[in-house]
Amino acid sequence: MKVIKEKHPLIMRWTHWVNFPVLTIMIWSGMLIYWANDVYSITIFGHTFVQFFPEWFYKTLHIPQRLAEGMAFHFLFMWFFVLNGFFYVLYSIISGEWRYLLPNKHSFKEAWQVLLHDLHIRKTTPPQGKYNAAQRIAYTAIIVMGFGSVITGLAIYKPVQFYYLAWICGGYHLARIWHFVLTIGYVLFFLVHIIQVILAGWRNFQSVVTGFEVVDEQPEPVVETINENEKA
Amino acid sequence: MKKPDKELTTDQKIKRRSFISFGIFGAYVVGGYSAWRWLYKSPDETEGITAGAHKPLRKALNKTEIFFRRLTFSENHLVKTYPKEMAAKDVRHNSDIGSPGVMPPEKWKLNVTKKNGQVMQLTLDQIKEIPKTEIVYDFKCVEGWDQIQHWAGARFVDFIKHFGLEEEAKLDYVGLETPDKQYYVGIDMPSAIHPQTILAYEMNDKPLQGRHGQPLRLIIPVKYGIKNLKRIGFMNFSNTRPRDYWAEQGYDYYSGL
Repeated sequence: MKVIKEKHPLIMRWTHWVNFPVLTIMIWSGMLIYWANDVYSITIFGHTFVQFFPEWFYKTLHIPQRLAEGMAFHFLFMWFFVLNGFFYVLYSIISGEWRYLLPNKHSFKEAWQVLLHDLHIRKTTPPQGKYNAAQRIAYTAIIVMGFGSVITGLAIYKPVQFYYLAWICGGYHLARIWHFVLTIGYVLFFLVHIIQVILAGWRNFQSVVTGFEVVDEQPEPVVETINENEKA
Repeated sequence: MKKPDKELTTDQKIKRRSFISFGIFGAYVVGGYSAWRWLYKSPDETEGITAGAHKPLRKALNKTEIFFRRLTFSENHLVKTYPKEMAAKDVRHNSDIGSPGVMPPEKWKLNVTKKNGQVMQLTLDQIKEIPKTEIVYDFKCVEGWDQIQHWAGARFVDFIKHFGLEEEAKLDYVGLETPDKQYYVGIDMPSAIHPQTILAYEMNDKPLQGRHGQPLRLIIPVKYGIKNLKRIGFMNFSNTRPRDYWAEQGYDYYSGL
């Protein structure tokens, strides 16, 4: 029998779909800014593995020579990013939704099982619930990262006025590096997230738009229910 | 007559709710995309003191700056300073627009236009009579790089007192221009009279070199490098924003840190 199961509250869906384009614009405008001093790379023992970013990458995305424009976009859309995130966190706290999201004492062990299962190494399905352990960790991490982007961002934006934020980040120079690393983190999160959403299928995806999921539920035998009651 | 409400079947409920949700979602996607296209294609502002930015973005930039200035700016907020040993020996140089080559100090004068229109012509020796202040701090370029540098000169507040420019300092802005007027900046007065703002004539304990804006340049730690005008030739005061080289090219006028 088909049953409608409520899954994602309205505010969670709105903030999710507002965040997606806003964060995309923040990353794009961030690249326009980064281009002006594109010094970061992953270099180990003198060998550069990744250079952020190669010339063809900049050219394809029309990044070069747009620093002023990038700053103008970045300092407008930061408002939407912050307000949307603030609204989501506030809602999660007030509604109690955070209970489904924050990792608990089992999460780290279970997350390992989720990973093995997803990589087809382990057959048994780990406990799912609304979010499984790996999701709890990933989705909480992304909120913490968002918070980190705001702190490091403000430390870069006004390092003298927000001297205490710059200090927390280990100084202005390091704050810019953190800010960049967090952005790379979003991109990696996004890649995994998209693959997982595709694998989870349409039914899961549509629930982030409609809020509900349709589940096939077998009506439980009446006898068993009575037994349960007697036990209690 | 209203028909009595019939209990919808689960399938009908699913269809109805999906239709409404995806309808709103579709409208949101179309609306969001149109809003973005509008902003992305919005015309540039009319050229004036600021230029080169999309009109709505310039408005947002100005409002955001005012918000943060009112919320956070204080002359008690000082830039972090470092020991002299940490200062870079090879000081980075980006541009010498307005200050090419070498200007012989004896041929140079600082022209200060007073409120009454009178122009004071000051020599470097006159400015050096003001007690010298040193600063070693992390210089920040709008491009994103930063470098610990060591500068010395007269604090702007001391300069104001020394030459009796208190009335001028009550105005909202100070404008600085290079002798050839090719590079020019406008600084809001609270940032100019910030205790770490310096009219510098020394770098790493030596007189300024050509590329670094000799004989006298501005060092203003509460601003990005673009506001640290090299080779100051003219100084004026006003209640309206003085012209600013980079603000005319899409950058924020205030560019405060």
